[in-house]
Amino acid sequence: MSLLDFLRPRPKNTANIARERLRIIVAQERATRGGPDYLPLLRNELLEVIRKYVQVDPDAIQVNVERGNDGEVLELTVALPEAGRATGTGG
Amino acid sequence: MTETIVITSGKGGVGKTTTSASLATGLAQRGHKTAVIDFDVGLRNLDLIMGCERRVVYDFVNVIQAEATLKQALIRDKRHENLYVLAASQTRDKDALTQDGVGRVLEDLAADGFDYVLCDSPAGIEKGAHLAMYFADRAVVVVNPEVSSVRDSDRILGLLSSKTRRAEKGEGPGPQHLLLTRYNPVRVEAGEMMSVADVEEILGIPVLGVIPESENVLAASNSGVPVIHDAGSIAGQAYADAVARLVGEDVPMRFLDAPKKGFFKRMFGT
Repeated sequence: MSLLDFLRPRPKNTANIARERLRIIVAQERATRGGPDYLPLLRNELLEVIRKYVQVDPDAIQVNVERGNDGEVLELTVALPEAGRATGTGG
Repeated sequence: MTETIVITSGKGGVGKTTTSASLATGLAQRGHKTAVIDFDVGLRNLDLIMGCERRVVYDFVNVIQAEATLKQALIRDKRHENLYVLAASQTRDKDALTQDGVGRVLEDLAADGFDYVLCDSPAGIEKGAHLAMYFADRAVVVVNPEVSSVRDSDRILGLLSSKTRRAEKGEGPGPQHLLLTRYNPVRVEAGEMMSVADVEEILGIPVLGVIPESENVLAASNSGVPVIHDAGSIAGQAYADAVARLVGEDVPMRFLDAPKKGFFKRMFGT
């Protein structure tokens, strides 16, 4: 750190931002890895159907395949927007 | 026993070919009979980096299609008599490489007594990249400390553990090594670039080497001499260290810290 550095605005630590963004996206991509190839497509079509009724964010839908002892379970989680912010057109 | 190693990355332009050329040269310098194969059909470049572009007569596809023998197509390195290059074809036909064909060439190299066969993968996850990794015993994943390169490398790690012959046989993916290129310790210290530890933690594979950003890399490719020959450059020394680790030696990491600034620079900056 030099004297002159105190006069300049401190740049953000963008390396930390990169690391955190990567942690999240890599974990997310690893979760769907090895699952059936149709998962992303299924997720998009579900999103379209849900959006007919409730306006949800594209990343509000999580589709996971869990492998248990009794076979595979398709788990679907949809985070609905807070009441009042919903702008559904279907109902 | 021949060991087949894929040099891969997913993203283009991160230094796969530069790395393939230097690792192959380093292995040959240590006395191992080594072949390095360019899998980038249609975009041949390893020959340029190895400095043998004017001696390419037959290529990888010619051998696979039985238009030439392996002996005719292998280009012997000018500096090391135990180092050979197999150039990619410039054909636009992406289907020219076949799994059977690649498998046969690798068997022939093994029968010829090669110790190491390095497969220089094309960018992407298409056929050429798939075939470059399919037969590999080990993988060197070349990464820049930058978001898109790290993410693509993780995709490649996924493919290595599912789409290779080892994976199909249920043997697991085999050893995977992280090789970080274009590393700039000054920018890491300033918080402008992810550190080795950051990338290692995200990808979860051990570090084979860290190649510092160096003007000597461009100078080496300009002149067609793999940068490992430039023993005076830090990039060349870092590649030599990586080769030592590749053959199992325990070599400490170098060039990870920014050079210490003198009193004047500390006070007044650069």
